[in-house]
Amino acid sequence: MKGELPRWVDLGLLPAVNLLAALALSSLVVLAIGVNPLAALAILVRGAVGYPEAWGYTLYYATNFVFTGLAVAVAFHAGLFNIGGEGQAYVAGLGATLVCLGLDALPGFLVVPLAILAAAAFGAAWGAIPGWLQARRGSHVVITTIMFNFLASALMTYMLSNVLLDPTYGSPETRHFAPHATVWKLTDIAARFGFEAPRSPLNAATLLALAAAAFVWVYVWRTRAGYALRTVGANEQAARYAGIDPARTIIAAMAISGALAGLMAVNEVMGSQQRMVLAFTGGYGFVGIAVALMGRNHPVGVCLAALLFGALYQGGSDLAFEISTINRDLVIVIQGLVILFCGALENMFRPALAAFFARERAAA
Amino acid sequence: MIDDALAQAVSLLASTVRLAVPLVLASLAGLFAERSGVVDIGLEGKMLSGAFAAASVAHLSGSPWAGLAAAIAVSIALAMVHAYACITQRGNQVVAGMAINVLAVGLTVVLAYAWFNEGGNTPALPDPARFKAIVLPLARALADVPVLGRVYAGLVSGHNVIVYMTVALIPVVSFAVFRTRFGLRLRAVGENPHAVDTAGISVAALRYRAMVACGTLCGIAGAYLSIAQGAAFQREMTAGRGFLALAALIFGKWMPVPAVLACLLFAFADAVQGRLQGVSLPGIGVVPVQAIQALPYLLTVLLLAGFVGRAVAPKASGIPYNKEK
Repeated sequence: MKGELPRWVDLGLLPAVNLLAALALSSLVVLAIGVNPLAALAILVRGAVGYPEAWGYTLYYATNFVFTGLAVAVAFHAGLFNIGGEGQAYVAGLGATLVCLGLDALPGFLVVPLAILAAAAFGAAWGAIPGWLQARRGSHVVITTIMFNFLASALMTYMLSNVLLDPTYGSPETRHFAPHATVWKLTDIAARFGFEAPRSPLNAATLLALAAAAFVWVYVWRTRAGYALRTVGANEQAARYAGIDPARTIIAAMAISGALAGLMAVNEVMGSQQRMVLAFTGGYGFVGIAVALMGRNHPVGVCLAALLFGALYQGGSDLAFEISTINRDLVIVIQGLVILFCGALENMFRPALAAFFARERAAA
Repeated sequence: MIDDALAQAVSLLASTVRLAVPLVLASLAGLFAERSGVVDIGLEGKMLSGAFAAASVAHLSGSPWAGLAAAIAVSIALAMVHAYACITQRGNQVVAGMAINVLAVGLTVVLAYAWFNEGGNTPALPDPARFKAIVLPLARALADVPVLGRVYAGLVSGHNVIVYMTVALIPVVSFAVFRTRFGLRLRAVGENPHAVDTAGISVAALRYRAMVACGTLCGIAGAYLSIAQGAAFQREMTAGRGFLALAALIFGKWMPVPAVLACLLFAFADAVQGRLQGVSLPGIGVVPVQAIQALPYLLTVLLLAGFVGRAVAPKASGIPYNKEK
């Protein structure tokens, strides 16, 4: 089937058609609840990028999605479907929190990098165990990562309500981190230079997300390990004959995937909340699946898709605020449809497009 | 003293049964899908949409049966989307299941919010619009008979119609899967679709039928949550039961009766957990609630990894069927 389509159609037009199908169905849902989809779209766009605070929120959400999208993408290249981003990010929050709370006697230039490393390490571990179980024990990574999401949730609820909670609060959350043990928000940085930045949770983790995207590109396409990763993903048998150890590659891929998902905690826990709260992951781990599928598992695509979903999340809040019959979860409908059309049904329009371009070629 | 212990045991087992019902239904639903070769992580979404449809229609019509029918219809519709993606389009089955789950979470809340304006829930149902507990004949009269009478009155009697329906369905599903032509073909198509195809039987048609069965059972499970056990739809009210049912299915090695037993085990853990909260056990101390909640997932991980027994999935499960390959 492949090769029948010109490259630009395969990489550009087909994904665009899939995305349009998802958005078209979403607007039918909007229509069904009695709202004009075009009016809703206008509010959504204005809410996402129409004023400075909106940009801050859009980029802040997008940062989460870059991390979780990259996590899914890296695993995909190794032929693995990591549904565990949510749990990996959640446990990573524990790593970051332990360092930020426990080592805050250290100066900021030590405690912050250590906390980031701890987040990555905890996330990596929570990803590597399912990886190890798949590679060495033959259990399917999809089921194991689902189970690990629930295990993470149980573990974190226990930790937050019994070990880490600040007893002076009514809800299960830790005390606020010391100011030097946090990732700077844009508002803080601007204040330091005497400016006033629009209020939003946007923080330096966004730069880390861009660095992570660059890292993924280099790792997957420019290193030996990345080559091994893609070979195992394409054909495990061939990889073995080429002298690649699939088990090691799978474990490494899941560890890196988990670490990337874990970095989401840097944005949420260390940057935005500056303390740990229950269920801070908020389903963002699952958004990563839609983001990776839409971005075709390429870092550039993931960043663009993350930006789109960031805009949807932020614009969706404004939309829910302005139109009383719409609520925020409309974004989740769109997310589901994107997973359906860009993922499970990605080749639905391929035969039609192939026939069209074959006719064009014959005519020319 | 003994009386007291008996009363407690009866009430514990009765709540185990009540908690097990949605798990059993979803687990049997997953059995049809996975035995036919379609990996179904979308049980959760189908159940959730069924729960929403049941509560909405029961609210509008006042009839729980209309609600149940709507739940089944909506759940089958979602199963058909899943089937179309997995069977006809040969898409990634796990991705399709995920899409169903996410879509169901979003759609149910968005529609509930727009239609009923109660923050993503449906209005509380009056008793006639729900499946209420049925008192079996003689249950009241026998309630004072020691042991047997009390077990009859407390455990056997007093459930709603879906509970009894589920109990009746277990042997039916078992029979259908192991003793009918459809069942033989179903099991074959999940192990070796090429052989089935060579025998002149349509792989796709068989898998579509399995997915209809899957949707039906998920719909009943959803209706149970919102109009039998509960009295309204609440956002994300399935709360991971679809995945727990999947775990039970794996735990039961894709066989109906063992899967049902696994559901009962998980439901028992759930029922115990509610009663153990804050209670100090001799020699162990207070068991954290979360440890008991995590138990089914931990057991499934250990089982899948071959540390306790071994679970081997149907061979063709998860692989789209392509005639030309």
